[in-house]
Amino acid sequence: MNLSSPRSVSRRDAVKWILGAAATVSALDFEAFGLPGLPTGIGTDPNLHKKIIPWERILTAEEMKTVTALCDVIIPADERSPSASAVGVPDFVNEWVSAPYPQQVGDREAIRAGLAWIEKESAARFNKSFSELAEAEKQQICDDICSAARAKPEHKKGAEFFSRMRNLVAGGFYTTPEGWKDLGYIGNTPMAEFKGPPPEVLKHLGLA
Amino acid sequence: MALVTPSKTQTRYDAIVVGSGAAGGMAAYVLSKAGLKVLMLEAGRNYDPLTETPMFEGPADAPLRGVGTVDKPNGYFDATVNGGWKVPGEPYLTQKAVDDGSWVEGDNGDRMKPTQSFMWWRARMLGGRTNHWGRVSLRMGPYDFKPHSRDGLGVDWPIGYEEVAPYYDKTEALIGVFGSNEGLENVPDSPAGVLQPPPQPRAYELLMQRACKGLGIPMAASRMAILTQALNGRAACFYATPCGRGCAIKANFQSTTVLIPPALETGNLDIVTDAMVREVTLDKSGNASGVHYIDKATGKEMHAAARSVILGASACESARILLNSKSALFPNGLANNSGHVGRHLTDSTGGEMSGQIPALENSPSYNEDGVSGFHLYIPWWLHKEALEGKLGFPRGYYIGHSGGRQMPSMGLPSSIGKFTGGLYGQKLKEETRRYFGTFVSFHARGEMIPNEHSYCEVDPDKKDQWGIPVLRFKFKWSDHELNQAVHMQKTFASIITAMGGTPSRPPELNGARAITAGGSVNHEIGTTRMGAAEKDSVLNAFCQAWEVPNLLVTDGGPFASNPYKNPTLTILALTWRSCDYLIKEFKKGNI
Repeated sequence: MNLSSPRSVSRRDAVKWILGAAATVSALDFEAFGLPGLPTGIGTDPNLHKKIIPWERILTAEEMKTVTALCDVIIPADERSPSASAVGVPDFVNEWVSAPYPQQVGDREAIRAGLAWIEKESAARFNKSFSELAEAEKQQICDDICSAARAKPEHKKGAEFFSRMRNLVAGGFYTTPEGWKDLGYIGNTPMAEFKGPPPEVLKHLGLA
Repeated sequence: MALVTPSKTQTRYDAIVVGSGAAGGMAAYVLSKAGLKVLMLEAGRNYDPLTETPMFEGPADAPLRGVGTVDKPNGYFDATVNGGWKVPGEPYLTQKAVDDGSWVEGDNGDRMKPTQSFMWWRARMLGGRTNHWGRVSLRMGPYDFKPHSRDGLGVDWPIGYEEVAPYYDKTEALIGVFGSNEGLENVPDSPAGVLQPPPQPRAYELLMQRACKGLGIPMAASRMAILTQALNGRAACFYATPCGRGCAIKANFQSTTVLIPPALETGNLDIVTDAMVREVTLDKSGNASGVHYIDKATGKEMHAAARSVILGASACESARILLNSKSALFPNGLANNSGHVGRHLTDSTGGEMSGQIPALENSPSYNEDGVSGFHLYIPWWLHKEALEGKLGFPRGYYIGHSGGRQMPSMGLPSSIGKFTGGLYGQKLKEETRRYFGTFVSFHARGEMIPNEHSYCEVDPDKKDQWGIPVLRFKFKWSDHELNQAVHMQKTFASIITAMGGTPSRPPELNGARAITAGGSVNHEIGTTRMGAAEKDSVLNAFCQAWEVPNLLVTDGGPFASNPYKNPTLTILALTWRSCDYLIKEFKKGNI
C-alpha cells in the first residue's frame, strides 16, 4: 500500500504511451472522447501497477487557488487528520475534472461554472478573492449553498455545485491512507486468519 | 510445448480447445493430464496474475481513485483486460430497452437503468472471466436438473444431480472451495473433507443473521472458490485485496493460476493467444477437422487441425462460432440442423437494495475486510411455497450482500450525504466517522426460465474488425422473473427494517424496474443446450454435438436450465465429465 504522487505526463508522452499500450483502440473510439484522432483516456489495458494520468490538467492557477481554499473549507485539519489540501486533494480535483470521460466532463462544466460563481460572490460581498477571505467570510458564502434543500432560489445552482464539490473533495480525502485512518478503516493489510469481530464490537452491537 | 506463436504450432493435435476460462482451462487440464496433445486458442492476450495483479494498491494509487470508466467499467483495478460491456473492434447488436424494432450496438450501461435489452460482458485475456469472477460456488441440486418434472416449466436436463455429484466433488477438491455442510434443501452437501473451513461472519452479518432469524429466513456459510487453507502450492487468503483484481498469491480460483499451469507442466499443451476463432472446419465425412482463426498480431487467417474440437469460448461466443460455421452439410450453422443453436438464452435475474443501520454507528474499529464477498448468504428458502403456487412465481433466488467497514471508495460521500445533509467542515468529518461502516447492500440472483423471445443469432450484415459476422441479441423477461424481482425487493426491505435500519428507497413494486438488465449478471447460458433427444437440443448428455461426434461444447451453452446458482462451478464439473467421456471414446476408437 503506497500513495504514489500523481504523475504529470506531457501531451506528447501521453500520446506515445497510449499508442503503444492500446494499439487496438480504433480512431472511432478516440472521437467518442471529443478529441478526434487523439486518445487521452486510460485505455482498456493499462499497467495496473502504475498510476499514469494521460490527460493534461486543465484548471488554471487562479481556479486552483479557489479549489484549494474550498477543499479546506470542506475538509479542514483537526486533531485526528490533516486537511484535504495537505493530502493532495486539490490536484485530484483537477485530475478528475480534466478527464475525458462523460461523467467527469459533466463535472468539469458544473465545477468551472461554480468556481467562477464563488469568485464573483466573494468579490461582490467582500471585494476579495475567495482564497483570501477569512474563515468566517468563506463560511458565510458556503452556508448559503451547502444544502440543496435549504438554498434560496438564487442559490440553487450554487448548491448543486457545492454538492458535487463536496462529493469530490470528501471522496478524494477518504480514499487516501490519511482519510482511512481518520475513519478507523484498518483493513487492506494481510492477516493470517479472519477471526470475526472482537468482543468490544459484539458488545456494542448487543451480540455479546 | 508451451505458449507458442501460430507458426510454431504442431501439424495436428488430439484436441483443440477454444477459450481459456472455466471451460477451456478445465478441458486443457483434463485432456493434457491424460496424455492428449492439446492446442488452446485464446482470443485475448497472454495474462499473468502473479505479476500483473495490483495487490494492496488503494484507490489513491489509481487514476480517478479507481472509479469505473468506459475503458474499465468495473473500476481501474478490475482484472478484465480489453473487455467489459464493449470490446474494441468487436461489437454486438441488441434491441433498445424499449423495443422499437431497431438494432443498436451494445454499449456501456447501467444495469438498473438499461438503455438496451441485453448486455454482454467479455474479457480478452488468458483465463477469460475466471480472472475477475465473483467466486460464488454453489452446487446445483436435484431440483435444478429436473425443473420440468418438478413444476412443468422449462425442460429437464438429460442428467441428474447424482451423475454430476462425483465431478462436483473432484472440482471442489481441485480448485478449493470454502463452505459448510448444513443439509440445505437443494444445495447439496459435499463429502467430508472436500470443503475448506468458511471464514467467521463479520459484525454486520451477525446482525443480519439475527434479523433474518426473526423473519424465518435462513442464513448459511457462503461457498466460494477462495482458499482458507493452503492447497497444492497455493497460499491461503490473507484477507486483503478484492478478488475481482485476480490474486497474485493464487488464493482464489482462476484458470490462469489453477488449471493452465499444471496443464502446461504436462508438456502436452500448446497455447496460442490473440487467436480469434472464426469457424470450425469439417472433413469430407462431416467430422470436425480443426478451426480457422485470425492471428490478431498479423491479421492473417490460420488453420489448426485436430482429431476433436472443444468449444469453451462462453455460451454466446461458442454459439457464434457454430452459427458462422456454415457448409453444405450444415447450412444453418454447424450442429444446428435442429435450429436450437443460439436459442434458450437466459441470464440470472438480479435485484438490489441498500440501507443504513443505526446499530452499526460509532462501532469500535476492527479489520473487517475478510474475503471478497459475503461470509454468510441467504439460500433460497421457499421451495415448497413456490411449488404450491403461493408466490406468484415458480423459481427461487439467493441473496448476497456487502456492507460494514469496507475500504472507503469514491462512493462514500454520496451514500453518507443523505444523512449528513448540508454539512461541511469539522461537522462533516465527525458525522462521516459516525456513518462510515453503517451501510448494508443486498443483491439477489435468481432463476430465469428459458423463453422463445430470448436468443442470439448472427447479424446478416455487420462484421467485427476481423471480418467475422457479429451476434445480435433479443431478450425478454417473463412475469416469472418480474414477479420474482418484486419479491426480492420486499425481502430486502423487510430484512433492513428488521435490522433496525432504513432502506435507501421504498421497495420497487414494478418488476420491470426492479430487475437488472438481461445479461448484466454475466450468467448468460443455454445457447447450445443439452437434451435427451436430437430434435430439441444441440448436445447430448456429455456435451457432445449430436450431429458431429468429435465436437464438444462445454461452457455455459449446454445448460438446460439456469438455476439460482452461479454457473462457473457447474461449467467446471461438466467440462471435466465431458472430457473424461471424450478420452474414453478416443480409447474405444469411436472418435
